[in-house]
Amino acid sequence: MLESDFQKQNRFFLNMGPQHPSTHGVLLIVLEMSGEYVLDPQPVLGFVHRMHEKMAESRPCGGFMPNTARMDYVCALPYNHGYVSLIERKTGIEVPKRAEYIRVITSELNRVASHLLWLGAYLLDLGAFTPILYGFDDREHILDILEDITGSRLTYCYYRFGGVYQDIDDKFVDATRAFIQRLRKRFVIYEKLVTKNIIFIKRTENIGIVSPDMALRYGMTGPNLRGSGIAYDVRKNEPYSVYPEFDFEVPVGAQGDCLDRYMVRIREMEQSLRIIEQALDRLPEGPVRAKVPKNIKLSPGDCNFAVEAARGELSYYLVGDGTSTPYRLKVRVPSYSNLSCLPELGRGILLPDLVSILGSFDLVIPEMDR
Amino acid sequence: MKQYFSEIYTGGKSLVEGLGVTFKALCQPIVTVQYPREEIDITPNYRGHIDLVLDPEKNTFLCISCGMCEKSCPSDCIKVKGKKMEGEKKKTLVLFELDFTKCSLCGTCVEVCPKDALEYSQEYNLAAFSREAFHFDILKRLEERRT
Amino acid sequence: METISILPPELIRMLIAVIIIISFLFLNAIMMGYLERKIAGHVQRRPGPMEVGFHGILQMVVDGVKLLGKELLIPFNVDRTLFRVAPLLSFTPVILPLLVIPFSEKLQARDLSLGLIFIVSMGSVNVMALLVAGWGSNNKYSMFGAMRAVAQSIAFEIPILLSMLAVVLMCNTFSLKEIVGAQQKIWFVVLQPVAFLIYVIAGVAETNRAPFDLPEAESELTAGFHTEYSGMGFSLFFIGEYTNMFIVASVATVLFLGGWHGPNLPYGEYLGVVWFFLKVYFLLFLMIMIRWTYPRVRFDQLLNFAWKYLVPFSFVNILITAVLVKL
Repeated sequence: MLESDFQKQNRFFLNMGPQHPSTHGVLLIVLEMSGEYVLDPQPVLGFVHRMHEKMAESRPCGGFMPNTARMDYVCALPYNHGYVSLIERKTGIEVPKRAEYIRVITSELNRVASHLLWLGAYLLDLGAFTPILYGFDDREHILDILEDITGSRLTYCYYRFGGVYQDIDDKFVDATRAFIQRLRKRFVIYEKLVTKNIIFIKRTENIGIVSPDMALRYGMTGPNLRGSGIAYDVRKNEPYSVYPEFDFEVPVGAQGDCLDRYMVRIREMEQSLRIIEQALDRLPEGPVRAKVPKNIKLSPGDCNFAVEAARGELSYYLVGDGTSTPYRLKVRVPSYSNLSCLPELGRGILLPDLVSILGSFDLVIPEMDR
Repeated sequence: MKQYFSEIYTGGKSLVEGLGVTFKALCQPIVTVQYPREEIDITPNYRGHIDLVLDPEKNTFLCISCGMCEKSCPSDCIKVKGKKMEGEKKKTLVLFELDFTKCSLCGTCVEVCPKDALEYSQEYNLAAFSREAFHFDILKRLEERRT
Repeated sequence: METISILPPELIRMLIAVIIIISFLFLNAIMMGYLERKIAGHVQRRPGPMEVGFHGILQMVVDGVKLLGKELLIPFNVDRTLFRVAPLLSFTPVILPLLVIPFSEKLQARDLSLGLIFIVSMGSVNVMALLVAGWGSNNKYSMFGAMRAVAQSIAFEIPILLSMLAVVLMCNTFSLKEIVGAQQKIWFVVLQPVAFLIYVIAGVAETNRAPFDLPEAESELTAGFHTEYSGMGFSLFFIGEYTNMFIVASVATVLFLGGWHGPNLPYGEYLGVVWFFLKVYFLLFLMIMIRWTYPRVRFDQLLNFAWKYLVPFSFVNILITAVLVKL
């Protein structure tokens, strides 16, 4: 469709980023274009590389905790969760039940916060300015709730090996229940303002279709994979923590376009609320922190732990050498694989569609660069 | 043809509904806070940078300058120095510095402290023009607090 | 005593009118900027500008002074003449249509018998500014913006003209004053609801306002045609945009909302201008609300919308009007 001689001659390059409003951070995409058609988008990474993996190799394993929250700052608690669970699996620390419940509740709250922020940012990409502030309004409630128990608002360092930093109280439970009620009412507003909007549907329907085969080839995970119709969720397929005890669904999309990815995230928020409600109902009593040796020794050999972060499967791989410092720590982040299919997906589409696709992937650049 | 008109109808309806949402929001009260003029009370659980705990009975610090926090800090941002005063058996704290530019507020130092001599401060709107302004002298801050 | 005048009285009248209109134009831009920011704020549940003056009422004035004080930055390798000329080009054609708009029965600078045509032609000149700005900036994003502006303007000129034509058919004149006069009994919005709707939609597109703000689509083209502009160049574009909005809204008022006509009140003859401005600012308020509600349409969708929906509907509308008028 694009291979006329005229268009071949009139190709040019356009640097989208690293200071472009819709690349969300410092991602550079070099676009080879012809008119407003994108012929070949090539992402260029590495603008915010901070050597997190190397840092893990240079300090005792406890010292890496704050770093985990700084890879994906939008959804930091699942990153905490993955790392503490990794060390617990490696060293065989038993975690009290109550602590696991608290971890699930806070992780799911964080997931909802992340999806709310994405909702706003995506609509901002599509040119609507108001939903982001409604999303922030709701997200702020979550941050207040989490701040009250974790002590920070964004880069949490709440989980500890063998438990959590401090117990939750009645105030937290009440605030969370109130928030769930509130958000369910707000979903009606989002539906009216965004989901049903004809312009929004036209901008997302049949745009950026990722076939199930393609999604598997590029190793996409999370809502992006589920949008393509594959019901893979680490919480269900490879259950960790106390997730098997809860009743929740894994929403999937039909054909893998931007609208499907959007709908999956919206329905995932509802499922997260369900999980939180169940966990609050069944919250067991007991300690929130197990006895943990002061000097954690990582035995020789490797170990892997995967969790479902807001953007997809997050997997930590650790090789120990008998000391308390990891010999190697590899973090497999979801955004990186999710972005990888852009060059194939973005061939021969319009520039506004590229922005729409990029937004629908829910990328966090510092997570990719680490 | 039927689809053409039904699309106009549903599309138009969705647009009017969207306008209804924003119009309703226009009439509702604002939810933000005009920051420098008014401030939200911060939760007592907020974890700012560390401070020495002031013992209300002795009116001094609880720190025994064991250096556990210094050793446990993943970013090497704490500097503790104790000195043996004349006629005393234990060391007395003479220097406690925090390089807040490196601190990532993980809280390891507070948890590792054997005497619970460290606490989190409530300061959150910190701003300065130089890096050196964030090299806090925690001991001096304690001196200022004791009366 | 006889007045001795070097200039013909008609010229003096014009000069005064132009001075009043230019000063009004700046006032309108300031007011619209403030309104937009305030409404956007409250739509998003935040207060908007609050710091300068009572509830931030002087914010736009301060911003204007700030923009005046800024350096006129000319980027490397741009076409200097075109780059400088573009803001002026966007500013001039928006002054002229204001001369023929009847603000009230007697408040009109000049009643052209072809007033409507004059306004439409000036509206077409406006897009030149966007093209020149985009072309002169030597920036690919600006270029995209300029090209989009031209295509969009051409596509939406037709439905605008056709919807106007429906009204013209009904009252047999292009003079704005006479069109308003014909609405003494009943406003044309009642008789021509389809034409009104088409005019408002196309008008929003013509002024490059969201959801049709493709020439400056922030999330795609950073800032589109005015990416490279700073200081006064940038603010002239903005004044041009707001004045353009005002013109579109006043033409809609004149054509469909009965211009200066209002309910019968004592001193009614002096209240005409109040009614006129109330109607205009209601339309502008609607435009602002639309901007802060909807996502942006895609470029081809916009053109599709113009050609597939607006143009056929306005043709049918004209046909029906013509038949009914003839009967």
